[in-house]
Amino acid sequence: MVSVRGLSHAYNSHQALAGVSFEVSRGEIFGVLGPNGSGKSTLFRILSTLMAPASGSASIAGFDTVRSAASVRRNIGVVFQSQSLDRKLTAEENLIAQGYLFGFHGGALKARAADLLRRFHLADRRGDLVETLSGGLRRRLEVAKALLHQPRLLLMDEPSSGLDPAARRDLWLYIEQLSREQGMTVLLTTHILDEAERCGRLLLLHEGRIVAQGAPAELKARIGGDVVVLEVDSPEEAARRLQQRFGVQVRLAAGAVRVETANGHRFVAEAVEALGSQVRSVALHKPTLEDVFLDETGASIHA
Amino acid sequence: MKRLWLASAALWHRELIRFWREKARVAGYVGSPLIFWLVVGAGFGNLSFFFPGALVLTVMFSAVFSTMSIIEDRREGFLLSVLVSPAPRSAIVFGKAKGSATLAWIQGMIFLAFAPLAGFYPNLLQLAAAAGAIFLLAFTFSLLGFWIAWQTESSQGFHAIMNLLLFPLWLVSGAVFSPAGAQSWVRALMAANPLTYGLALLRRSLEAAPPAGTPAAALSLGVSLTVAACLLAACLAAVRKPSRRSAA
Repeated sequence: MVSVRGLSHAYNSHQALAGVSFEVSRGEIFGVLGPNGSGKSTLFRILSTLMAPASGSASIAGFDTVRSAASVRRNIGVVFQSQSLDRKLTAEENLIAQGYLFGFHGGALKARAADLLRRFHLADRRGDLVETLSGGLRRRLEVAKALLHQPRLLLMDEPSSGLDPAARRDLWLYIEQLSREQGMTVLLTTHILDEAERCGRLLLLHEGRIVAQGAPAELKARIGGDVVVLEVDSPEEAARRLQQRFGVQVRLAAGAVRVETANGHRFVAEAVEALGSQVRSVALHKPTLEDVFLDETGASIHA
Repeated sequence: MKRLWLASAALWHRELIRFWREKARVAGYVGSPLIFWLVVGAGFGNLSFFFPGALVLTVMFSAVFSTMSIIEDRREGFLLSVLVSPAPRSAIVFGKAKGSATLAWIQGMIFLAFAPLAGFYPNLLQLAAAAGAIFLLAFTFSLLGFWIAWQTESSQGFHAIMNLLLFPLWLVSGAVFSPAGAQSWVRALMAANPLTYGLALLRRSLEAAPPAGTPAAALSLGVSLTVAACLLAACLAAVRKPSRRSAA
């Protein structure tokens, strides 16, 4: 459905994307995970045909995003991070206006809009101005609007940003339903770990490069075992001692040391024993996507 | 063709609904030139001379500043979804310019209703001619606003550029003083100013005896249409240029 080859782009001297290639198959929920400035937005702008890449190419449903932009646009539904609804129009008017842009009109368009409003549980709010809707309802309406012309690929830029946890869960129920019932392909960018966890497959982006790719579980399994984080008085000294004593790789974090180990429970006991009273807190957890990102880049995803 | 029509009609319709729901804008654009006209006109003891100029001012500001929303709309807003739809880019120009022009035209016509206060009692033919002239002015300024807004990054920048451009244009168009009494270099400026011909078109449709030195009707129409056509071409070229701008 999506094929990206050697995509690079720079703004002035800042390299936003540096040789990114990947494929997305039909029916996948594919996530691009990365911190701000990782190149996600640039990638999104290129895929949504808003911008032409400096080099490399991207194609969607077999159409090149630059040479066949009009065909690509017929096949994609786009949900922007910022609001693309007109606040002064009602929910229904927004859908109708979108329909005209795609060449629909008359009764068929009305019926399609009514169907979407019903499916997204917005029917009772259809006559309300968008500015009176809550953030969660607006995002839902954005998705409905993007689906009006029955695209084959749904592209979403940070779909959950600015939503509270309940609205986020609600949005994801709709996304998963679309994928399950209609085989919709979804490509989204995100920096939220919960959201990334729900994707079928992930691509981790850092400074314009792909650092890892795979299903969330698969990525976490690469670390294996447990992650132990010890808050200590002097991290450098603690790291040196742990390295000498256990021969493990230790990473420094702010006021803490972080160790990946096959058997966390035993390691915790031994490490606390070895470091003694300088340990202020101990945490043990199964690897998260945050750990994967930290492992691959040495940087935090929340940077 | 049908696609272009539908998409531009949708954009046009949207402008009208938005405007209707923000009634303060209607009052603002008609109100201030009206006050200007009454104060200045009464001050000089000549309400009829300043009337067409004040009407042009209304149309000019209304048309130009309702295209300003493009700047925000394009980065985050409704225009984004237009840009990623298969609707032709030209639909953005036609939809937006027609929308802004219609609104400016309505305000111009409201202003025109005050004509009897200025001592004008236009007959139906004159009224039709004036309506046409006002629409041409409204459309031209909408295109000018569109063209500049499309290449401007911020609303503040747009404000600065437009004020710098619009006021001088208006001052030396024959709105404030007639060409007959002016110095020769000012007269040359007036002859080179496209708005002189737009205003002349309005004066000639309303006034039986426009001020001396007002350009002839045919010349005024020719210049006004040419300017509109050039601006339209510039707008169409601008929206077709692919973007490589940074994301935010």
